[in-house]
Amino acid sequence: MITKRIIPCLDVRNGRVVKGVNFEGVSDVSDPVQLAKHYSDNGADELVFYDITASFEGRALFTDILKEVAKTIFIPLTVGGGINTLDDFDRVLKCGADKVSVNSGAIKNPQLIYDAAKRYGDQCVVISADVKRVDGVFRVFAKGGRENTGMEAVEWIKRCVGNGAGEVVLNSIDTDGVKKGFDLEMLDAVCNAVSVPVIASGGAGGVSDFVELFKKVPKVDAGLAASIFHFGEVAIKDLKTELRANGIDMRI
Amino acid sequence: MVAIVDYGVGNLFSLKSSMEAIGAKVVVTGNAEVLRSAEKIILPGVGAFEDAIKKLQETGLDKVIKEEAANGKHIMGICLGMQMLLDKSFEYGEHQGLGLIRGEVRPIDEVIPKTLKVPHIGWNSLKFNKDKHEIFKYINDGDFVYFVHSYYGAKCEEAVIATAEYGIDVTAAVARGNVCGCQFHPEKSGDVGLKILKAFCEMKGE
Repeated sequence: MITKRIIPCLDVRNGRVVKGVNFEGVSDVSDPVQLAKHYSDNGADELVFYDITASFEGRALFTDILKEVAKTIFIPLTVGGGINTLDDFDRVLKCGADKVSVNSGAIKNPQLIYDAAKRYGDQCVVISADVKRVDGVFRVFAKGGRENTGMEAVEWIKRCVGNGAGEVVLNSIDTDGVKKGFDLEMLDAVCNAVSVPVIASGGAGGVSDFVELFKKVPKVDAGLAASIFHFGEVAIKDLKTELRANGIDMRI
Repeated sequence: MVAIVDYGVGNLFSLKSSMEAIGAKVVVTGNAEVLRSAEKIILPGVGAFEDAIKKLQETGLDKVIKEEAANGKHIMGICLGMQMLLDKSFEYGEHQGLGLIRGEVRPIDEVIPKTLKVPHIGWNSLKFNKDKHEIFKYINDGDFVYFVHSYYGAKCEEAVIATAEYGIDVTAAVARGNVCGCQFHPEKSGDVGLKILKAFCEMKGE
């Protein structure tokens, strides 16, 4: 049977992981390679790396790190942040990324998804959308959630999947950082509109939020979180054990 | 030495790294002589069947692989590389494969329930068939490996050595004599995947 996936997300700036506390056996939690290995050894099904660097130098550092990670751990790696052109796809894929996540780059140029899917295959292209309710309507936001594009989110995601995106990361701005659970209503709307895997992001505060996610929105394929894993509030092993005890298929 | 066939399709960084991680001597090459002198050959592949098989044919490497298979060399296909070992594929038309293992490649959505998503992406557990094949000697029935595919190996029952349940029993691995293939990605399947690669590296000549 196919399992639901648990995915830690690592934000990297100038070659270092932003935020994080101490884990046993990890001497430097801002070292992306050590932290990635820690998560992989402890049951992460996949890792997402976001490059939040703006500078050219930072970008070069990021790809060096990606190579190191890909030499050290052997689970799927998704890379996002600053992906605007096919050259950006090429740059991270050559360093060991398996999937590339596009957000603002697709808003600026919707053709990017089509071109990338044609060249690298649908399975390689992930549409990541930051979505927030505005007057009761799901709207897509750009620039890290600061700018309302005016586009209706479900239609936008359907269009991206139609263009070849093979997976969706849905980040709810409304629940992000609140730690009171995932945005089940928004996830349900997207899951019912597309037939590709959907990854839930934004709102995880504890183990029970993941149980609720997979129980109430059974079509969701994966749960993604950052701070609760980095701050050690939730250990992935414990989380997966608890999910399995609740009847949710997990790789343990 | 194990040679990973480089015919200009896909990204071989992770596969090469995973082989190095288990201590294998590995070379990524599109050179026929290097392939002939290698002890074992891995045929990787992502993307579309037609593109990939055409590139193999254009470079003449299809003949080299067939000859080496006939010589008894151990060959492992991975993902699209496994699919190319079969007789033919129905991915966008009909295309001849290498014909090293009897069977054909068909769209998975023809046979699985409509409620299941395509591609089949994620971690799925292996069910071994009959006798446990040598490439699984370090792993157990039920261990998880990582899949990403929209087409699957059909009509290859006699060669199937493992399946994964996704609405139906999907072909997960095949073998015939010295030739084997995995639909999943051992290089992305954590320790379980590395153990499969290690077992392949340890296989003895005919």
